[in-house]
Amino acid sequence: MQRILLFVYSIRAFLLFVGLELVAAWMLLNYNSRQGAVFLNSSGQFTGSILNTKDSFLEYFYLGSTNEALSEKNARLLKRLENLSPLGDTTFFELDSGFAHTFDFWSAKVINNSLHLHQNYLTLNKGKKQGIKVGMGVFNEQGVIGRVTGVSTNFATVISLLHTDLLVSSKIKHSGVIASTRWDGVDSKRAKLLYVPRHVEVEVGDTVVTSGFNATFPEGIHIGVIDAVNEGEETNYLDIGLEFSTDFSKLSYVYLVENSMRAELDTLTSKTNLLPNDGQ
Amino acid sequence: MTGSNVVKLGIAFLMYFMVQVFVLKDLVLFGDAFCFLYVYAILLMPIEVRSTPIMLLAFVMGILIDVFYDTPGMHTGSIVLLAFLRNPWIKVNTPRGGYDENVPPILPNMGLAWSTAYTFPLVLLHHACFFYLDFLGTSVSPSIVIRILGSVLFTFVMGNVVQLLLYTKKKGI
Repeated sequence: MQRILLFVYSIRAFLLFVGLELVAAWMLLNYNSRQGAVFLNSSGQFTGSILNTKDSFLEYFYLGSTNEALSEKNARLLKRLENLSPLGDTTFFELDSGFAHTFDFWSAKVINNSLHLHQNYLTLNKGKKQGIKVGMGVFNEQGVIGRVTGVSTNFATVISLLHTDLLVSSKIKHSGVIASTRWDGVDSKRAKLLYVPRHVEVEVGDTVVTSGFNATFPEGIHIGVIDAVNEGEETNYLDIGLEFSTDFSKLSYVYLVENSMRAELDTLTSKTNLLPNDGQ
Repeated sequence: MTGSNVVKLGIAFLMYFMVQVFVLKDLVLFGDAFCFLYVYAILLMPIEVRSTPIMLLAFVMGILIDVFYDTPGMHTGSIVLLAFLRNPWIKVNTPRGGYDENVPPILPNMGLAWSTAYTFPLVLLHHACFFYLDFLGTSVSPSIVIRILGSVLFTFVMGNVVQLLLYTKKKGI
């Protein structure tokens, strides 16, 4: 018995090494699970507040471009408001609130971002307390950014579109063909458009937008522009490359969107035993 | 090891962590070359420190970095591997006549040849481990080699610059 203990004692460094590596492996394997709430990541209370402070120092350097983007968005919204607001001499028919009010919007600020690894995440400066929930879509005036995967009281973690596991239900705008966008981990400016059948005519320069088929994003938010169409190796599908419309290296203010009908939609699809067509 | 030495090492540990998280995290050359300078916090610990405390320190550092990088377990696993191999590797590299007492294994003390032989393989191993974990689950492309070599060079050069500028001979910092 004593010799066993002595032996264990003599290899204690190795045992500690194995133990610590197992903890690391456990962290790695557990992180991407659905219920992997906010545990040891950048949206923790302490980490979040540090990142927030860091961001408040750095944001001055980006004020110019941030202002420009916001005023651009403002101008576009004003234009749309002009088109929507009823003229004095026409009848105005208000839609039932059930139709009109499907999507709720929030705004938040990116306080942490990465784009060079294969699994990239962002951190936002709003959380549970401000009404942010897991599953909300994140976008800015340029296009889609990602989806909320974890929230703490004051911060939220977002799985970036630059994450090799995230699929976004998309469609080619002019032909209406449904596909999925997925990042291949090579270049932070380009992604792949998957599941477009060979018979579809796709042209370089076509715009890709969200399809609105999954409950995360409303229809028509920009994802990117197709810049390469090849036959590819797969027998059924084309190999399509697209260039993101979002510049992930300069994210500042973002919008979050929640489908208030999501719960109902999910119950319906699960009741009818259909998988939601979003690949997520 | 004296008390003031421990304090110095603690401050160095914190500095490496903060520089890594607040400065170097946003600094990636050509989209491929990362600088994981924090490995030097573990590499430059005094030679006398035993394996167990080194590994525990590496584990703490790895978790702190992981939390800010949102890379669960990847930095932790790599840096613990480096810490585990550090002391055996120092032993293998023992110069003729052995090591002097209380001399940390830094460039000004040990010279470029010994320092390179000591740090370069360990840094390479750490980076290879980290990027292997990062590429896991995606189609492994030849770009992983570019990424590993670019990052090792970047980290190695930065590490040597830091050692030359901020460390003085025969003493801690």
